[in-house]
Amino acid sequence: MVRPVSEGPPLPALTCAYAAIGVADIRMAARDEDSSSAGGASDKELARRLDRLSRDLEEEKRERATRERPARKSDSTDFALALRLASEFVAGILVGVALGWGLDRVAGTSPWGLIGFLLLGFGAGVLNVIRSAGNMSTTAGAGDGKQD
Amino acid sequence: MEDRVDPIHQFQIHNYVDFGTIGGVHIAFTNSALFMFIIIGLITGFLTLATSGHALVPGRFQSLAEISYEFVANMLRESAGTEGMRFFPFVFSVFMFVLFANVLGLFPYFFTVTSHIVITAGLSVTIILLVIIYGFYRNGLHFLGLFVPKGVPGYLMPLVVAIEVMSFLSRPISLSVRLFANMLAGHITLKVFASFILMLSAWGVAGWLGAVLPFAMTVALTALEALVAFLQAYVFAILTCMYLNDALHPSH
Repeated sequence: MVRPVSEGPPLPALTCAYAAIGVADIRMAARDEDSSSAGGASDKELARRLDRLSRDLEEEKRERATRERPARKSDSTDFALALRLASEFVAGILVGVALGWGLDRVAGTSPWGLIGFLLLGFGAGVLNVIRSAGNMSTTAGAGDGKQD
Repeated sequence: MEDRVDPIHQFQIHNYVDFGTIGGVHIAFTNSALFMFIIIGLITGFLTLATSGHALVPGRFQSLAEISYEFVANMLRESAGTEGMRFFPFVFSVFMFVLFANVLGLFPYFFTVTSHIVITAGLSVTIILLVIIYGFYRNGLHFLGLFVPKGVPGYLMPLVVAIEVMSFLSRPISLSVRLFANMLAGHITLKVFASFILMLSAWGVAGWLGAVLPFAMTVALTALEALVAFLQAYVFAILTCMYLNDALHPSH
């Protein structure tokens, strides 16, 4: 941006900016003419510039990837985290109770099916909680880690 | 005004058009169905309007649509890899449906579709069935490797497999219960605190002064509910991505 140094009316500032752009255009055109007359050297120069640009882009991409990861973690609030863990745990126990109760109804093994599957369901609930808590601490890493 | 404030009343289903019983099931066009049609209409309208411009420099609506696309696409790529992008249409539809349902439910007199467990269970069972069917279709019996963690001694295997299977079976339950319970509990809390204002204001000036407290609470809860509405849609979608990742890469 071109800013007027003195506090003047906006019109002179605008013309000043146009003048600056004009000068830059003329300079650029002059440089283009120079390089076109040089011929082979400009090709090498262009290749070098392209190389440098793509290297910069690569670096920028990598930097952005590392920068975005920690930011994503703070998306979920602690409130949602607590609710999620609680529901994971309860769901495991519910499945255990449902399976055990169903087995007792079908096979007539009351109450042993309910007792056994309730314990297994408890284990499944704990496993769920551990797994989702682990997922939370490495939310971004989960994608790469699980692909093996 | 009603004598008694009923916080459950907002979740009642009303029949608008009754089709009678078809095959032993009572079929009717309810307020829930109406709001689902509204949600689908809003999403379709929004995306059609947003993408009709094809502007290189996006306007407001196109920008919103692009943000929602990139949000879901990044989420899917991060948790299921680039292969997961084949499920993008499904995950995007689920996310937008849940998001619009949750946010529409915040408006007064509107019905919250996701506060009924039938809807959320239907969604999560669809997701789990998709995971199971696609997992077997793509990986064959290797999909069962999901239930057999590596490095477990043989004598512990039956126990571990049983626990893993139950952990898998608990996924649709926790997925549906979380969304449903969040929406139901949030709306009931909001209604109860709002009804305190009514009750207190019936007591004259002292009541009016006291009613400031539940009023402040209601305002704060409304903000919290807006957050929860978005967050639950996000959680629902990201868990869908994680489960789809299991279907794509079942090895532990």
